[in-house]
Amino acid sequence: MTKKLDTKGISRRSILKGSAAAAGAAIGSGAVTGFPTIWAQNIKDVTLRQFGTGVSNINEVAAKVREDLGFTLEMTALDSDSVTQRAATQPKSFDIADIEYWICKKVWGAGNLQAMDTSKIKNYDKIVGTFKSGKLTPESVIAQGTAPHTVGFTSGPDGTDFVQEESGWMTLIPTIYNADTLGIRPDLIGRPIDTWAELLNPEFKGKASILDISSIGIMDMAMVVEAMGEYTYPDKGNMTKEEIDKTLGIFTEAKKNGQFRAFWKSFDESVNLMASGEVVIQSMWSPAITAVRAKGIPCVYQPLKEGYRSWGGGLGLSKNLSGLELDAAYEYINWYLDGWVGGFLMRQGYYSAVPETSKNFMTEDEWGFWFEGKPAEGEIKNPFGDVMEKAGAVRDGGSFYDRMGSVACWNAVMDENRYMVRKWNEFIAA
Amino acid sequence: MKTTKKIDPSKRAERVSWMLVTPLACVLGFFLLLPILTIVTVSFWNFNEWSFFPDFILDNYAYHLTSAVTWATYLKTLKFMVLTWCFCAVIGFTVAYFLAFHVRSLPVQIALFLVCTIPFWTSNIIRMISWIPFLGRNGIANSSLIGLGVIDEPLEWLLYSDFAVVLAFVHLYALFMVVPIFNTMMRIDKSLIEAARDAGASGLQILTNVIIPLAKPGIMIGSIFVVTLVMGDFITVRHMSGGQSASVGRIISNEIALLQYPAAAASSVVLLCTVLLMIGVMMRFVDIRKEL
Repeated sequence: MTKKLDTKGISRRSILKGSAAAAGAAIGSGAVTGFPTIWAQNIKDVTLRQFGTGVSNINEVAAKVREDLGFTLEMTALDSDSVTQRAATQPKSFDIADIEYWICKKVWGAGNLQAMDTSKIKNYDKIVGTFKSGKLTPESVIAQGTAPHTVGFTSGPDGTDFVQEESGWMTLIPTIYNADTLGIRPDLIGRPIDTWAELLNPEFKGKASILDISSIGIMDMAMVVEAMGEYTYPDKGNMTKEEIDKTLGIFTEAKKNGQFRAFWKSFDESVNLMASGEVVIQSMWSPAITAVRAKGIPCVYQPLKEGYRSWGGGLGLSKNLSGLELDAAYEYINWYLDGWVGGFLMRQGYYSAVPETSKNFMTEDEWGFWFEGKPAEGEIKNPFGDVMEKAGAVRDGGSFYDRMGSVACWNAVMDENRYMVRKWNEFIAA
Repeated sequence: MKTTKKIDPSKRAERVSWMLVTPLACVLGFFLLLPILTIVTVSFWNFNEWSFFPDFILDNYAYHLTSAVTWATYLKTLKFMVLTWCFCAVIGFTVAYFLAFHVRSLPVQIALFLVCTIPFWTSNIIRMISWIPFLGRNGIANSSLIGLGVIDEPLEWLLYSDFAVVLAFVHLYALFMVVPIFNTMMRIDKSLIEAARDAGASGLQILTNVIIPLAKPGIMIGSIFVVTLVMGDFITVRHMSGGQSASVGRIISNEIALLQYPAAAASSVVLLCTVLLMIGVMMRFVDIRKEL
């Protein structure tokens, strides 16, 4: 999934980052003692090249790496199609891949990434269960789709397969994830919305939208079809050809009846559709909701009774990494899970793979609002200092366990992916 | 005493012309022929989820040519092309006619011609995107119409519709029609029109029997611009139809996004052939070389 942030804005902010970085450094410096120092001198020459989607490729992170770890991290932000392309076809162009789990399922077989030894990951034990056993809590039901734990482990250092138990060799180190749902304009709808089926409700004819990224869009469609009671999938994340036909058939009919105002492909398109009132209900991503609200327009990330469609990303190491650079990459990953980045991302509404370390880098109020679902006591600001919510606000969907606990499916790549993509294109052309 | 080797003048002239033609041949070879050959070659290759590799298969073409989506998309693209061409031709001819025959002084002609180019000082993406807030449900067009009492409900078909696509195309490409038609009209000998009038021709007869035939090469050059630009477009259709309409260009860009380079190459080759065929047919009507 692409979470294209306003890169211009970020680079502009990065010039102004001084104060924020300095404040972070004061807190952060305590966390980076006790790292091996044997290579402390020559590590300064190391440059790691990371690419990924805009979500976590943030200049502030690179600046903090320079400060805490001493080496250089170069970041490139691309959309999810380009990310997949690069991970699959240009292994020499990167050292660290910041990709989503469904992209991992697509590209791991190409053998351009190397497995990670979990014994070298300091906080491995603290990584949430979702990424290891698939269960957030021991009682959780494993969601359908490409759940991260199903593509999270491989058989050994040179494995190109996936194994279903904690083998000690991880494909991606989970970094960031969230639960997605429908965004609505409560002021223009004027009544409660509580099910995915509302997306195809004729009441919203010409005012609905869905995203035109097949791997994600098909999952939103499946949630809608199930909610309408049209069909119950044995596994939404791995449909048969007949199921794909049925799903897209229902949506093609809706499209022909004029249900959709538009389809969106990039983050800012979804913001504009919602903010301008062209669309009142659509699939959306969490930071897009924030962007609409920032314009003073009411917009709710509506929790729905069928649950969320979730996504997760992680860091993968290039096959070409070895020696000092590989050590640096492990240091980077350990640092990543150490809390500073987690706090930074959680204050934007995402979740960290090791939430408990992030807590040290958030205020009590921030932690309460973002993680525990408590009403904000004061103004809630994002890491860039913009006010996101006023005192008294409660996060849509509530706490971490409420939200991540009701995930119904994960973004997925199916066995019939090629067929699905063709059918998807027919749907768009219909 | 120095003796210069005598070169046969005809041989020398031949050498010079070879040398003169070399740079252009190299440029065209490297930047036009080579890429096209690469695309044609790749279109026969095979591919999987993450890579493509040499092979000789016809599946890419077979799938592309037998898919109902392709045919529907070509039909749609042709529809956009015909509509855009009609409006561009009428607008382009009218503007050029006005500039060439109604405006008498050359400085005014040049000034007005430059006025026509003002919208082209910004990028065509910006010109296209700026229609979106104008045509939207709560946009300027709808709110003024409601304000004037012409309509009660906002017009939904103004934006994210075929209407919006054609409107944007006409806006973007009308100038490509104006320029060549204006150019050929300026070359028409005014005495021909006087002669026609003296011979008793009416205004309409002068238009259809003198001006249009003589402006044909300009119309044809403009048409080639419009046809090729519309056939190859993917961004205007996507934005103005809100992603709801397909065009041939979008099929190709989708395939590239999904790493299906050989399929994209095959689609490109088919599109290239279609456009070449269309231009070939258009050239049948007017021999541009002769007329210029």
